[in-house]
Amino acid sequence: MGGVEKKKYQRGSATNYITRNKARKKLQLSLADFRRLCILKGIYPHEPKHKKKVNKGSTAARTFYLLKDIKFLFHEPIVNKFREYKVFVRKLRKAYGKSEWNSVERLKDNKPGYRLDHIVKERYPTFIDAVRDLDDGLSMCFLFSTFPRTGKCHVQTIQLCRRLTVEFLNYIIAARALRKVFLSIKGIYYQAEVMGQLVTWITPYAFSHNHPTDVDYRVMATFTEFYTTLLGFVNFRLYQSLNLHYPPKIEGQAAVELKPEEGEPYALDSESYMEKLSALSASLARVVAPNPEDEAKVDEFPVEGESTEQEEARQKEQEALEKQKKLFEGLRFFLNREVPREPLAFVIRCFGGEVSWDKSVCIGATYDVTDPAITHQIVDRPNIGKQVIGRYYIQPQWVFDSVNARMCLPVADYFVGVMLPPHLSPFVTEKEGDYIPPEKMKLLALQRGEEPEGDSEEEEDDDEEASEGSEAEEDSDKEDEGRLKKMEAQRSQSKNLPVKVTAGKVLKEDKHRLAEEQQSEEKRLAIMMMKKREKYLYQKIMFGKKRKIREANKLAEKRKAHDAEAKLGKKRNKKARRE
Amino acid sequence: MKPSGGGGEGGGSEPLFGAGALEEQDEASDDWTDSEESVFSGLEESGSDSTTDEEADEEDRDSSAEEKPEGLLQPGKPVDKELPSCDKEGSPSADQEPALENEYEEDSSDEEDIRNTVGNIPMEWYEEFPHIGYNLDGKKIFKPIRTKDELDKYLDKMENPDYWRTVQDKMTGVDVKLTDEQVELVNRLQRGEFGDVNFNPYEPAVDFFSSQLMIHPVTNRPADKRSFIPSLIEKEKVSRLVHAIKMGWIKPRKPKEETPSFYDLWAHEDPNSILGRHKMHVPAPKLPLPGHAESYNPPPEYLPTEEEKLAWDQQEPSERKLNFLPQHFDCLRRVPAYPRFIHERFERCLDLYLCPRQRKMRVNVDPEDLIPKLPKPQDLQPFPSVQSLVYRGHTGPVRCLSVSPSGQWLASGSDDGTVKFWEICTARCLKTLPVPGVAKSVAWNPSPTLCLVGIAVEQSVLLVNPGLGDKLLCGATDQLLEAFVPPEEERPQLVTWEEASGEEHSRGVRLIVRHGKPLKQVTWHRKGDYFATVVSDNSHLQVLIHQASKRWSQAPFRRSKGQVQRVLFHPLRPFFFVATQRFVRVYNLLKQELTKKLLTNCKWLSSMAVHPGGDNLICGSYDSKLAWFDLDLSTKPYRMLRHHKAALRAVAFHPHYPLFASGSDDGSVIVCHGMVYNDLLQNPLIVPVKVLKGHALTHDLGVLDVAFHPSQPWLFSAGADATIRLFT
Repeated sequence: MGGVEKKKYQRGSATNYITRNKARKKLQLSLADFRRLCILKGIYPHEPKHKKKVNKGSTAARTFYLLKDIKFLFHEPIVNKFREYKVFVRKLRKAYGKSEWNSVERLKDNKPGYRLDHIVKERYPTFIDAVRDLDDGLSMCFLFSTFPRTGKCHVQTIQLCRRLTVEFLNYIIAARALRKVFLSIKGIYYQAEVMGQLVTWITPYAFSHNHPTDVDYRVMATFTEFYTTLLGFVNFRLYQSLNLHYPPKIEGQAAVELKPEEGEPYALDSESYMEKLSALSASLARVVAPNPEDEAKVDEFPVEGESTEQEEARQKEQEALEKQKKLFEGLRFFLNREVPREPLAFVIRCFGGEVSWDKSVCIGATYDVTDPAITHQIVDRPNIGKQVIGRYYIQPQWVFDSVNARMCLPVADYFVGVMLPPHLSPFVTEKEGDYIPPEKMKLLALQRGEEPEGDSEEEEDDDEEASEGSEAEEDSDKEDEGRLKKMEAQRSQSKNLPVKVTAGKVLKEDKHRLAEEQQSEEKRLAIMMMKKREKYLYQKIMFGKKRKIREANKLAEKRKAHDAEAKLGKKRNKKARRE
Repeated sequence: MKPSGGGGEGGGSEPLFGAGALEEQDEASDDWTDSEESVFSGLEESGSDSTTDEEADEEDRDSSAEEKPEGLLQPGKPVDKELPSCDKEGSPSADQEPALENEYEEDSSDEEDIRNTVGNIPMEWYEEFPHIGYNLDGKKIFKPIRTKDELDKYLDKMENPDYWRTVQDKMTGVDVKLTDEQVELVNRLQRGEFGDVNFNPYEPAVDFFSSQLMIHPVTNRPADKRSFIPSLIEKEKVSRLVHAIKMGWIKPRKPKEETPSFYDLWAHEDPNSILGRHKMHVPAPKLPLPGHAESYNPPPEYLPTEEEKLAWDQQEPSERKLNFLPQHFDCLRRVPAYPRFIHERFERCLDLYLCPRQRKMRVNVDPEDLIPKLPKPQDLQPFPSVQSLVYRGHTGPVRCLSVSPSGQWLASGSDDGTVKFWEICTARCLKTLPVPGVAKSVAWNPSPTLCLVGIAVEQSVLLVNPGLGDKLLCGATDQLLEAFVPPEEERPQLVTWEEASGEEHSRGVRLIVRHGKPLKQVTWHRKGDYFATVVSDNSHLQVLIHQASKRWSQAPFRRSKGQVQRVLFHPLRPFFFVATQRFVRVYNLLKQELTKKLLTNCKWLSSMAVHPGGDNLICGSYDSKLAWFDLDLSTKPYRMLRHHKAALRAVAFHPHYPLFASGSDDGSVIVCHGMVYNDLLQNPLIVPVKVLKGHALTHDLGVLDVAFHPSQPWLFSAGADATIRLFT
């Protein structure tokens, strides 16, 4: 064997990666600047496939960046801006030290800034890419917009976040793009379909934050810096796509928008305008007035390679969607003052409902409590004194549940003071074998158009329900259990073979069972012949499946126990009442 | 304070006793004349009463440390002398005049006490001389004559009432008597008080710059003229700026653009802008969407029980399945803020920029696809599938088992010290042969013309004619064994061959081959004349090959290659397999050389069987593996089968059917279809067809031996539960 001996780690994957410190040195940046640059440019470490090879034989834990990524950062104009900023800070400090207030002023005026437009364009070459990546940005902007105006970060950032989020919400209302809402204990999740992409974001409940100390706000601020830029451009484009003015203008007020109204003489015009916008009660002005002809039905061409079934399903889906968009159309809501105004106003307006609130709660109320046309009043208190005939007094969960169910649910379950039914996550789609809560089953039945069986009866004759309902339930439970047990048994069979050879006894031959047994045995034998790696994978998959079944079983059991207890409690109550 | 050497007119040089101070004193108190007198009296004394001075001086020298006031007074000493006579008149006159004028007049170091001109030197230097210095005229100043002795001193001390206030002036050597004021002053200083009696250290403080606005300035300096005149330099500067503005060199500051302006960034979507890096981009996975458990009002089954809560609390945050505890609020207004909201956003940020990303292919495999498609066992029949007979009778674990070539008899050796012969079809024990010890191995002679069984017991091999079946056959066997004629010259043997006699003979034992070492195995050559034995030993004599007809034994190996586990004769060719712990060696007996060494990849081999075709070999090992070797293919296993869960004890090939079986400590026997094709290009087909169970585990041992029926697809298994089972 001739030739020069090849040196190790001078080719291949070892040369494609670079450690973070080396990258930093190469870019001549401080760690903070490097971090900022990575955040803005969206550079992230990569996990090499063969870590030891890349790490030159060492197994120490290191983060690796792609060398190409780092080289790409070399030509970033923002790096120079960082340096300029550093110089600026030094000069400013010096001026302060010398108490040269004039030069401090001058320096502050000439503070170097940078724009991130080109980075947005570079990271998201197409608009759809940007929309696809909007989730985190939206959540972050919504969080920042709730921060207090003092302290943690610049006021301008917070105001900008607020403005952008309000604009985005207004767009969602205008486009009727909201699909799902979920009240979780963490905050409120929204899911909207923007340009065909599902965008999900979370907003915290409107309380003041107690700011944690172990969070680096600089990192979050850097992210927000980028996200605000991104969101601004996305908003612009979204408004354009709907022929809306950007910055948004409130419809009908375009002419008189700058006239101060008697209600708020103290507020600045721009501020009150912003407030009105964030009230989400008014629709936005369009650049071109909507033409009804434009909204005529677009001819649909069947997509090739699509079976008629699929097409039908798609059409059905489309119809359902259209129906959902007009869910609250014609309904007039009134929000009581204890109800979170913004989320409810947003959700109701997204589905075509009209909404108003007490004048003292927020600007932008369009009608009063006394309005006779109000159909639903949303109340979140245990009882309400004087009720007006002709409107439903319901709890806020009704709105959210109706949206998720894509239909106006019966209001009886949501009356004031009534124990609410569970609020289910709309993001869960149960697959075969998953646990489905009974409420969900009921909901699915409702959606299919079936009448909820014996809801009223249940209330009336407890005993019957107790006997029948429980039996039916138990039956179904038993079936479920049987099925689950069988599934488990199937799994466990492979471990301890239940084959037994007993001498001289005539067995009753159950042909079906025999065949089944034979099949399972064949399977077991085949599993024995699997290759090691495949066997490992197979066992892992089966383990996961089994665990899932176990979890579903556990949930079902818990529910059963709970129901039994509840029933018992009810009976006892009834007895007590009778006596 | 300077110890000013000279005296003279410099009366004011000492602040303590300076004229000013004294004058003040005098002003304060009227008795200044008295004090003056006392002051001057000291001087007079020093002049006249020299003898007493001398005495005092000497006493000083002797006990200078004794008298503290004296020692302390030392710096003050010159004071007394600094009041020259010339001041006598001057000082009172000076008193009248304001002290301001001459306050600093005499405050100079030049004006020292000039009675002695030696200057400021340690006076010890003059100790040995009769003089003490020089006066202004350059004459020596002589020390006062010391004539006082101790007695004088004592007398002086006793008689002189002023002795305690008399000190010696070192410069002049004169004794000075301190005045009352001076004594008082010394006392005051010793107490740490101010020298001046009238000085009040606690005078009320006066705020100059108080909070009250005063109508008069603190200083009354008139303002400068320049403050009323416009500055020329500034004028010049201003005019320069004005000029620059006029010329357009200085522009007003641009109003800062506060709100970022947005525009249609994606107006011209350029397909070229999608670079390779966008395709290589690994987008961060989206956060998982919340499930029912996260709802503010979840279904009751999702709420954790107390134990689950406790378990959740005790888990590490990274181990938790949910990063929150499901909670239930009965209405929306009760829902509080989530305390970890900012944390979660922050953690997401950290993940986005710090977490290494890797593109991973998700295994979306249907587990059913992973199961290999094998031919159905039904298609591979016949194979033993049902337990049909159990042979009971042994009282200990059945260790070994052998089927007669006719397929009628079964021999089994057990730990209970017996070898039993069974009729296969009836499961009857026809004969029990007690042997002296544990029968380690039983082997039926494969020759159909003989009825002979080799039994390895303790240290010897018994060749037994069980006397079953055809009488002719038994007779022929006996004849063959008896036809042995010992050779003329006795050759030295490794073992001793003995003919059984008496009772043993009647039981059927014909020959006893004593090895001297415990035996492990006995196995016959296919022709039935030769047999090989394995001895547990580590020498080259582990394996011996014997010829029954000639009663001759030989050791085929010159050197030991490790502990031999098993040996086997090749069924067709003159090959000999030797299994050591990890390898199987194949020797050619004719050429007497090593043909092959098979690497088993096992830790410890337990058993070995060869395919009747002779080209395939299986080895069972204690690490529950079964290795199938295709001898033509490679020295490495063609297939490793890990079917058993415990150590393999025995493997066996069926002589006719393509079947092999393995028995293991887990109590099961696995029967596999092992088809070997004549076509060299086609690999053997191995399919497990049946798992046979029946043996109970005793002492962690299950199946100890397996054997196939020579003609039927039947399988015998010997278990540690003292039974033999037949599967058909």
